[in-house]
Order: sequence, then structure tokens, then C-alpha cells
Amino acid sequence: MTMRTWLLDPAPGSRRQARLGGWFRAWLALQRNSLAMTGLVIVVLLLLVAIFAPVIADRNLAVQQVLEDRLQPWSWQHWFGTDELGRDILTRMIFGARITLVIVFLVSAIVVPIGLAIGLPAGYFGGWIDAVLMRITDIFLAFPRLVLALAFAAALGPGIENAVIAIALTAWPPYARLARAETLTRRNAEFIQAAELLGASHLRILLTQILPLSLPSVIIRLTLDMAGIILTAAGLGFLGLGAQPPSAEWGAMVSSGRQVLLDQWWVATLPGLAIFVTSLGFNLLGDGLRDVSDSRS
Amino acid sequence: MLGRVYSAVRAFARLLGSVSLTFLGLTCVTFVIGRVIPIDPVLAIVGDKASNETYERVRLQLGLDKPLMVQYWTYLKKVVQGDFGNSVMTAHPVLTDLLHVFPATIELATLALVIGVVGGIPLGVYAAVNRGRWPDQIIRFVSLIGYSMPVFWLGLIGLLLFYAKLGWVEGPGRLDVGFDDIVPTVTGMLTVDSLWAGETEVFWNVMGHLILPASILGYISIATVARMTRSFMLSQLKQEYILAALAKGLSPARVVWVHALGNVWVQLITVIALTFGSLLEGAVLTETVFAWPGLGFYLKNSLFAADLNAVLGGTVLVGVVYIGLNMLSDVVYTLVDPRARGNS
Repeated sequence: MTMRTWLLDPAPGSRRQARLGGWFRAWLALQRNSLAMTGLVIVVLLLLVAIFAPVIADRNLAVQQVLEDRLQPWSWQHWFGTDELGRDILTRMIFGARITLVIVFLVSAIVVPIGLAIGLPAGYFGGWIDAVLMRITDIFLAFPRLVLALAFAAALGPGIENAVIAIALTAWPPYARLARAETLTRRNAEFIQAAELLGASHLRILLTQILPLSLPSVIIRLTLDMAGIILTAAGLGFLGLGAQPPSAEWGAMVSSGRQVLLDQWWVATLPGLAIFVTSLGFNLLGDGLRDVSDSRS
Repeated sequence: MLGRVYSAVRAFARLLGSVSLTFLGLTCVTFVIGRVIPIDPVLAIVGDKASNETYERVRLQLGLDKPLMVQYWTYLKKVVQGDFGNSVMTAHPVLTDLLHVFPATIELATLALVIGVVGGIPLGVYAAVNRGRWPDQIIRFVSLIGYSMPVFWLGLIGLLLFYAKLGWVEGPGRLDVGFDDIVPTVTGMLTVDSLWAGETEVFWNVMGHLILPASILGYISIATVARMTRSFMLSQLKQEYILAALAKGLSPARVVWVHALGNVWVQLITVIALTFGSLLEGAVLTETVFAWPGLGFYLKNSLFAADLNAVLGGTVLVGVVYIGLNMLSDVVYTLVDPRARGNS
């Protein structure tokens, strides 16, 4: 029996086989979707670049200001040219990938737990708990994300941490709604009743029965949201409210290249291209993942 | 009949309740941002060179000696009256400033919305009809590109290409310096005002400035509108009445564009309202790129002048527009869809 037939066995002999088989089928479905695979390649490449940034590029080139090399067009020495302070643009973009991923990671780490903590009990208990929690969610859902982030940055001062807080504060409500909807579809399932009869506490049922089943759709939603998070973070950086100079944040790089846009176009446009390709990658991947999960349900 | 009136009144009361609650939430957040987060709001106003007496006077003026709830209540009363305090930067009341800059943003966002709707709905319908075939794939890819686009970057590229290289459109700003102050202000929207005054030359200059930022914002909303239209249409095209209409001998075009699309409008209204809200936000970035003297430009400048009153006033304004749009789409939804009326 090959690995493949074991995985695709319609009558799996163990839980592990069933679970791995499910994943393998999803992977096969994803593979047929060329757009999604393109997205996956982009995201994986970005991760590798961010992780191995110090290996593939020289950090000094990103910070070293060589004023006689200002605003050089592309050359073998500087593939993407240099910026207004003579720093190598490609190297800065490579290190910028780290900042972008850190922001995305931090926002996700805040948003998903909050969304689950609000959405799961709301769907599970119903009644006034549901009403109160969803009212709060609706209030936050009605907030304009970027503008609220602006206001936060104005009060707290610009910086990555504050940008993360501001984005997270406006990004969690859809997760709460999603978690609630997922919980509602399973609230009255027999396996939940069985768990209740066995004397499991509410907390235990939420954490061991409902949470694991809700996670896949939350993760898909997160992948689709990543692009939005990246764009908001880059927008804040562009406005000068995210990462502060001299850090190589992509949005801030676009902003600093604006002054020389007409004569040295590469300074502003190339970092912007990185923002675009990255968010496109996450969108393509998320879109494909959603298709896969749709066809299974 | 009486029952219907009763349920309509009840639905309206519910809506009003939820809107006021959201408004309270919004002002709560802006209050916290303005009064609680800054470590010392007094110092932010008087500066660190002020004497103790001035400091104490301003502290009492701001009511900072009172409990938080009382302070919030005072703040809320002022906001409801449209009093956001004075702008440090312009020395005008913030509300005056906001009313001065907001029409420019409305003008930009409205044209963008028109582009988004006129472009997005036909694309979405076309994609749904050709589901899975190559037109669908292409439209899907184009929308995904729109979703992934940093709007400020697209703006810069647009300026570089269409203004600097090709010279097809006018540059940053709302109109050329030579045209300043020709047209009297009526609505604050220069396209409307110039036509009102019969100044076609000014109108075309304004359009030359407006068309590029509006198209760029419009493209982003085409992406949203096309995708939503596609998914709404797909769920309609699956229904049996479509089959019945086709079997009856109606032309496929009529079935798609009149019957199916007719049922999709209700859902689309919500999407369009929300798109308008996100366009207002996108305008913040676009305005910065195009030096467009609207709300976003004003917010950004206030931000860097540490003008917290102006920033929070702008935030409340955008928030209120958001809430208003949500409410409007709810109301329209109830008016258009008889099913939504009965069940509350």
C-alpha cells in the first residue's frame, strides 16, 4: 500500500489516518488551483526571505549612508538602485519583509484570541450574553479602520507597536462573528450533548469540542485578512505613523521616495511593488483555501 | 395594515436604538483616545514652559478634576452639539474646518463610487454568467489585484504615468492656480459649483484634476463590487425561477439582467453603502498623494501638528458617516425587500 492510497483510504482505520487524509485531500484540491499555488509560492518565498534576510543580504547596506552613491539607478552592485541617502534599496526591501511579517504576526496573535473569546461564548450560551457581546462587536465593526488607527497614532505617538494595537482593535470583530456563526451550527449537535452528559464543563466543551472545529474557517479568514492588514500597516507607514525612520518599512520607503518620484522613479515604486505582491500572494492563497473548504462542505 | 405600521415603527425604534448605541461606543473610544491615553492632556495644550497657575487654570477649564464619567458626559454633550473644540493649527472651530474640507472628499469618493458601481456590477454579472470559464477567471484575477493594491502606490504610479509622462491629466490639487476663486462656493464641490455658475472651462479643469484620483479609488471599489455582485448573482442563477423564465421562452439576457439582477439589488445596496464608507477611508491616503485638500489631507496635517481636537473631530465625523451609511442601507433594505419587513 503506497502512502497515497493509505491517505486516500475511504475507510480510515484510525483518527490520525482520517485527519491526515483530510489534509491530503485539501492539499490535492489546492494544487489544482493554479492561482492559489502562485499565492502559496509568494507567501513561502516571503517567509524564507524574511527568515534568512541576514544570510542573503548584508545588513550594513540597509543602514549605511553612502552619500556619494545617492539615487543611483540599478547596477550590478545595487540591483534596485539606491535611495536618497545612498542605501541599497533591495537590501532594505529584504529587511522590510521582516517588519511586515512581524506586524502581520502580532496583529493575528491579538485578533484571533479576542475574536474567539467573544464569538465562542456568544454562540454557545446565547441569550443576553450573546446580545451584549454581539452589540459590542457591532460597535467596533462600525469603526473606520484607518481613521481610527490614525487617531490612535495621534494619541499614542507613531510607531510599530501602536500601529499594531490600532489595527488589531479594528480587525477583531469579523472573527467574533465568524466564531459565533461556527459555534451556532454545532451548538445542538449530538456530540456536544454527549459531552454535556458526560459532565464536561462549558469551558471544556468550548475549548476541546467547538474551538478545534472553528479554527479552519478562522484561519482561512485570517489568510484573506492578511492582505488588508499589510495594506493598512503600509498605509500607516506611508503617512509616517507606522515604523519610524531609519527602519526599512515598505510604506515608509514609498513615502520617502515621493520627493524624487519624477526623476528617480525606482525609489518609491519598487518598495510599493513589494507591498502589492505580498498582499496579492496572501489574497490568492486565501481565496484558494476558501474554495477548497467550500467544496468540502 | 395596523400591524404593518406597528412592525415598521418597532423596526425603526430598534434601528434607532442600535444606532445610538454605536454612536455612544464611537464617542467612548474617541473620548478615551483624547482624554485618557495622553499621559497629561493639560501639558499637551499648555506646553512644558507654562507656569503652575496656567497649568492649574487649564486643568480646571478642561474639567479634569471631575470624575471620568462626568467628563465623558460633558464631552458627549459637546459632540452632539457639533462642538469639537478649536483646532490648534488653524485656530478655527474644528467643525468649521471639517465642513470646509469635507465636500472635497465627498466629491472624490462619489465619483469613485460611480466608477465602481458602473464598472463593477456588469463585470460581476458577466463573471457569474460565465462561471468557471476564462472570463470569470480573468475578472476574478483583476478583482484580486484590486484587493491587493496599496492605493497610495497606485496613485504615485498614476501620477508618474498619466501626469508626468503622458500629460493626459492635471497634476495634484483640486484645480489650477489660475482658476482659484472664480467660482462662488455653493456646495463646496467644485464640479457642481462650476456647472452651477456656468463656468465650463473651470469644470473641465476640475475634472482633469479629479479624474485620476477618482479612477484609482474607483478601481479598488470595482474589485469589491464585482466580486460581491458575482456571488449574489450565482445564488440567484441557481434558483428555479430562472429555469422557469428560460423555459417560458424569455431571452437569456432578459432573465439575467432583469430577473436575476433585479433580485440582487437589495443585497447590493448594502455593499455599495459599505463601499462608500471604505472609499472615504481610502481617500485619506489618496488625498495625501494628490495633495487633495479634503478630510484625509486635513487629518494628516492635523496629526503632524499634534492637533488632537481636529483629529478626533475628523474621526467622529467619519464614524458618524459610517454609522449613517449602515443605517441607510438597513432602511433601504427594509423598504425594498418585503421579506425583511415582516420578521422583526
